[in-house]
Amino acid sequence: MKFLHLIWGALMRRKARTAFTLLSVVAAFLLFGLLESVGSAFTQVGQSIGAAHRLITAAKTGLMTPLPVSLERQIHTVPGVQVVTSETFFGGTYQKPSNFINVLAVGRNFWHLNTSMRLSAGARRAFAQTQTGVIVGAALARRFHWKVGDQIPIKAMIYPRKGGSYTWTFDIVGMFRDRMTLREQVMFFRWRYFDEAAQFGRGTVGWYVEQIGEPKQAGRIAQTIDALSSNSGHETRTQTSSAFAADFYSQYVDLGLIVHAIMGAVFFTLMLLTGNTMAQAVRERTPELAVLKTLGFSNRAVLSLVLAESVLLVLLGGALGLLLAGATVHVLQGQMGSQLPMLPVAGAIWLRGAIAMVAIGLVVGALPARRGMRLSIVNALAGR
Amino acid sequence: MSALVEIRSLSKVYQRGRQRIEVLHHIDLEVAPGEFVALMGPSGSGKTTLLNLIGGLDSPTEGTLAVAGERIDRLGQGALARWRATHVGFVFQFYNLLPMLSAQRNVELPLLLTKLSGSQRRRNAGVALQLVGLADRATHKPGELSGGQQQRVAIARAIVSDPTLLVCDEPTGDLDRQSAEDVLTLLQRLNREHGKTIVMVTHDPKAAEHAGRILQLDKGTLVQSEQAVA
Ligand SMILES: Nc1ncnc2c1ncn2[C@@H]1O[C@H](COP(=O)(O)OP(=O)(O)O)[C@@H](O)[C@H]1O
Ligand SMILES: [Mg+2]
Repeated sequence: MKFLHLIWGALMRRKARTAFTLLSVVAAFLLFGLLESVGSAFTQVGQSIGAAHRLITAAKTGLMTPLPVSLERQIHTVPGVQVVTSETFFGGTYQKPSNFINVLAVGRNFWHLNTSMRLSAGARRAFAQTQTGVIVGAALARRFHWKVGDQIPIKAMIYPRKGGSYTWTFDIVGMFRDRMTLREQVMFFRWRYFDEAAQFGRGTVGWYVEQIGEPKQAGRIAQTIDALSSNSGHETRTQTSSAFAADFYSQYVDLGLIVHAIMGAVFFTLMLLTGNTMAQAVRERTPELAVLKTLGFSNRAVLSLVLAESVLLVLLGGALGLLLAGATVHVLQGQMGSQLPMLPVAGAIWLRGAIAMVAIGLVVGALPARRGMRLSIVNALAGR
Repeated sequence: MSALVEIRSLSKVYQRGRQRIEVLHHIDLEVAPGEFVALMGPSGSGKTTLLNLIGGLDSPTEGTLAVAGERIDRLGQGALARWRATHVGFVFQFYNLLPMLSAQRNVELPLLLTKLSGSQRRRNAGVALQLVGLADRATHKPGELSGGQQQRVAIARAIVSDPTLLVCDEPTGDLDRQSAEDVLTLLQRLNREHGKTIVMVTHDPKAAEHAGRILQLDKGTLVQSEQAVA
């Protein structure tokens, strides 16, 4: 720490150059923070779906191919299956087409299987008793200022009602909270209402979710379930919910690849840039480093000083960049609410960021530091 | 064993590509404790090379070199660095202060390698600046000081860790007459009042007059040694 003023002095020697380099580090880590924030939001959603005790049965041809409701009873008879429920993607908009809402029609046992969603016993009871009842996520309710008791008209995305109208009116009977506000962006209504009122699609569900007792039996149970529909017009594929999530979010896995590619390019450019700055800075200061060595600074001390200088530069810029990313996410969340697929720039991102900063600083400082360490005092003093 | 610096048959050869340049040829020299020696000679005669060897900045090719009884020609790079930190102070022609640091911080530099606390370092640096008459310029950066003042700061830095030996390479080479005189008087005072042993390279006969003994180096050989008038 007593050497800090030396390192700081070195950085402040060319203020414009340091500021410029710092700015590029800030920009790189601002981008890093934002991308990580989006990335961690998606991983979190994927993980929350991935419980070891859950299987998901969907049509082989995809989530949008309906399955017959009669399958539910059959699945229930498969040994190892404890609870079965169904989910059907409904989808809708509220008030204007851009207000998309993720609406799902759910089977009877839905709440048994989704204990991470917290709702009151009263809400649960009301849902069981109200044909047009809907349970909305707390974040979604906040977004549209909904209260329990409100009647809300939702314009269906796919399914018209008998008679042709696309407008479905639901009664809000409760709200649920989730550990992850991202998952509070959904609303659930009774599949039985769907089955009664829809013009088509009656007697079908989107996919089934099973709770199993023994995760080790997952493979065998899945096979048995799929065997129920083999050679039928609706063959199924049953997966653990984490495998399913991986499939479902594969579009975001690609996103992850792109993100990594972008960050790779950005960091690479950053290293070239900062590396060049450091090389220049050390070349310019050769006589000063020679003086330090003359005074008795060891080779290792000189090496450390230069490395510390480049690490400090990247740490400063990086911290500033992440702070900025955090502020940006904060502002965006304030404007768009929790529908924003971004998590606050917090612990894990800071940790990964800090590791990246130190690593970049060390890599970038390595060559100049070695040069400083190896310089011959006598030659440097003579300007050779 | 009464000499502070004891040089026996010292040679220095530089290898430049295939070319062997023998800069110093079998130099023998003793400097007694408390002596002020001026080293003169034409440009390229090897003065800086000899001074750098005495100060432990470089190692000889042949011969022995002892300072205060310690064979510094046998020390490795790391040991030599530690030895320099405690035993020698350096003064160069172009001051070689760090431009970003205040005079005070520049003088403190050698003390960063000691176990002294921050306040002890500040106090010692303050005393050294006082000694060279620049206590009032402690917070100035080198760029805000005249050449003579910068050289005095450099001298304060050279003496702050209280070494027995000062080596000065043309310390007045870049100064006007008056500043040069101030610096030389200061060196003389350090020699007489504080017992510093000084070896000083200079081109200037007037500067050499401040020394107690003048050595002449020519083409890598010491040609004569005389007592100065002063
Ligand atoms: N590191 C070195 N490599 C090659 N030649 C050197 C080196 N250091 C000094 N010399 C040569 O040694 C000779 C003496 O140099 P120096 O000691 O600097 O002379 P002076 O200080 O008397 O002017 C010069 O010819 C110089 O070019
Ligand atoms: Mg010279």
